[in-house]
Amino acid sequence: MSSDELPHQGVLRPAPESFLSGELISAISRDGVDHHRRGLLRGAFGAAVAAMAGSAVASDPDILTPPEWSRTLGKPVATNPYGLPSIHEQNIIRRQSPGLTQTDQASVAFTPLQSMFGMITPSGLHFERHHQGWVDIDPRRHRLMINGLVDTPLVFTMEELMRMPSVSRMHFLECGANTALEWGNSAVPTVQYTHGMLSGSEWTGVPLSLLLERAGYDRRAQFLLAEGADGSSMTRTINMENALDDAIVAYGQNGEMLRPEQGYPLRLVVPGVQGVSWVKWLRRLEVGDMPYAAKDEASHYVDLMPDGSQRQYTAIQEAKSVITAPSAGQKLQTKGYYCITGLAWSGRGTVTKVEVSVDGGRNWREARLEGPVLPKMLTRFNFDWVWQGDAALLQSRVHDSTGYIQPQRAALVAVRGTRSIYHNNAIQTWRIAPSGEVDNVQLG
Amino acid sequence: MSSWARWSALFIACFFGSLAAAGDYPEAVFDIGRAATAEEVSAWDIDVRPDFKGLPAGSGSVEDGETLWLEKCALCHGDFGDSNEVFSPIVLGNVTEEDMATGRVASLTDPAVVRTTLMKVATLSTLWDYINRAMPWNAPKSLSPDEVYALVAYLLQLGYIVDYDFVLSDENIADVQALMPNRNGMTMDHGLWSVGGEPDVVGSACTRDCDVDTTVTSFIPDYAMNAHGNLKDQVRDYGPFPGVQTAPVSSAVVESQPAEPAAPEAVLMANGCSGCHRLEGALVGPGFDAIRERYRGQDVADYLTDKIKNGGSGAWGSMPMPPMAQVDDSAVAELVGWLLETN
Repeated sequence: MSSDELPHQGVLRPAPESFLSGELISAISRDGVDHHRRGLLRGAFGAAVAAMAGSAVASDPDILTPPEWSRTLGKPVATNPYGLPSIHEQNIIRRQSPGLTQTDQASVAFTPLQSMFGMITPSGLHFERHHQGWVDIDPRRHRLMINGLVDTPLVFTMEELMRMPSVSRMHFLECGANTALEWGNSAVPTVQYTHGMLSGSEWTGVPLSLLLERAGYDRRAQFLLAEGADGSSMTRTINMENALDDAIVAYGQNGEMLRPEQGYPLRLVVPGVQGVSWVKWLRRLEVGDMPYAAKDEASHYVDLMPDGSQRQYTAIQEAKSVITAPSAGQKLQTKGYYCITGLAWSGRGTVTKVEVSVDGGRNWREARLEGPVLPKMLTRFNFDWVWQGDAALLQSRVHDSTGYIQPQRAALVAVRGTRSIYHNNAIQTWRIAPSGEVDNVQLG
Repeated sequence: MSSWARWSALFIACFFGSLAAAGDYPEAVFDIGRAATAEEVSAWDIDVRPDFKGLPAGSGSVEDGETLWLEKCALCHGDFGDSNEVFSPIVLGNVTEEDMATGRVASLTDPAVVRTTLMKVATLSTLWDYINRAMPWNAPKSLSPDEVYALVAYLLQLGYIVDYDFVLSDENIADVQALMPNRNGMTMDHGLWSVGGEPDVVGSACTRDCDVDTTVTSFIPDYAMNAHGNLKDQVRDYGPFPGVQTAPVSSAVVESQPAEPAAPEAVLMANGCSGCHRLEGALVGPGFDAIRERYRGQDVADYLTDKIKNGGSGAWGSMPMPPMAQVDDSAVAELVGWLLETN
């Protein structure tokens, strides 16, 4: 069916069971129907029929009887001096993918995209990817050194860095290996695991260009080495073009200091570039005239092509989008209106358009972009849809300011094969069954 | 800084619209920070580049490397660098004499062949640099330059790149680079290095009746749906899209058994224990199941406390356990109590 034939608005008609409380349903499943429950059932169905006919609905006991929170004294201020989510949100946490890694120190914890709103990732839900565990550095003893092809090698304390002119910018951070498990086949069951090495944050710090300027960098230098202070002292080669453009030596994340898992007290922010280059616990920057072939750009984070060659120094995250809800592992409860929602981003610029297909990519309609739409930042999109109860194949597709359009998986695999691990920005498909269950599938 | 440099930076900044240009800031900004001493630079500037700039003088033999390897590396990587237990294998063969001659490892095209470090890496400097900065896993930066040379020599010998009597040094390392099996295997012919790079694949702009194959070719089979745990518990349990129940729903009452005391997982994670020890089975060190089994019912609380605090080796093999002096006393007591079931 062409999506153009879908009505733009629908009438919400809950199934009859939606008029029964969960409590009553479980009581009946457990103990059967007794006189009291039969009465409740009769009342509920009567109300349902009346509602369908457009008249009265059954009154809601949660409205008729004030709940306990309306009849008690609440808790005092500063009960939690550092605030916590509601106890009802305990399912919304970072999770590991079982069996993905053998040790928890060189591993990943994924962000629960399926349950999140807007374009900002709460710092506590920001995905984790460490190479040799995370550390909690004493900021009083942390230093940043700039050396290599500079007039004067320099050392900065945190106090000095935080005194300098600062900028605050919102940017997405995506691991180069995000969606890596999906190159060959559908492998993991929810968007948390397919796309959850992704976040959007406001980063605050010193423009890297200013620090390089301060050190008097060699204008011919095209490369910058960034090095961490943790056990792995991880290094990556940064393109000087990015370093001078919009990179930040950041200490702030979403209004507070960086979380330790995000490199407290200092990390590199290289907008549009894969996460591994945003070196955490940053201790040193070296200006150089050749790339460095560090472990994570010579053994890992190289993209194997079908001819056996390995693309080295792949850095830019090309435009990508994904529907976050409804998404695999969730279940639509009833026919009718749904707001399909998701995220789109581009490492080369700004999202200009997102389209959604509900028929596996045959027909596309434009989604609404929620503002602000910022360069190299997550953009939230929303799409009105009325589900008729039929099987559907949901996809999203992003266009960016360079004219680039996100490719279908088949097109990407035709060129890169299925073994390149990194930079999988293919269109994602979620299948909706007539039962309402959503799962992760790949097409043709 | 020269005024030419300042002007040129200003020009570059304006041209590319970058975040900062020198001219935007008061001169006093450029007084912040101090010059690094030569000693400080040499302490931190440890990277070794593909042209071996930064490589300290020294040497190490394959033979010494083998001894060190068995002592410090083999538990994770296997005696011959071939283990896939903890990390991806470093050496597994799969490299031919022809590969050595061409500098391209042909088996990288074969999906059935497990990719190893020596099949992939084009630059010998990468091995030296990484072992020097990050290994061993639980004691990074504890190796001397000569030890790093020896370990790299041992790996090269495992890959049949050098002979068993070889001694690797700063003098001959560039010659060995010319033998690396995949030395010509990297390409920068792609669009992902620069923000203005040319994409290799661009999607279609078609919006109506597009010619796409919508056959479902891959999905997750039912038996694997619960491999990541019950999906119902991984989303909000209210709202428009609650989770699918993937765990089996059992109505039978499970006969209750004397439960194993729950592991103090928070303590294990927070103090780095789980980097080397798993609940079940050996990793770098013995599994906690084996430790509990060995010491069950024994009055060894002080002994275990000392082992945790001060480290040691020999009880479970030659791999040393580093002192964990940073673990506070109450956490040590909780761990020991859990191991000996006296909590």
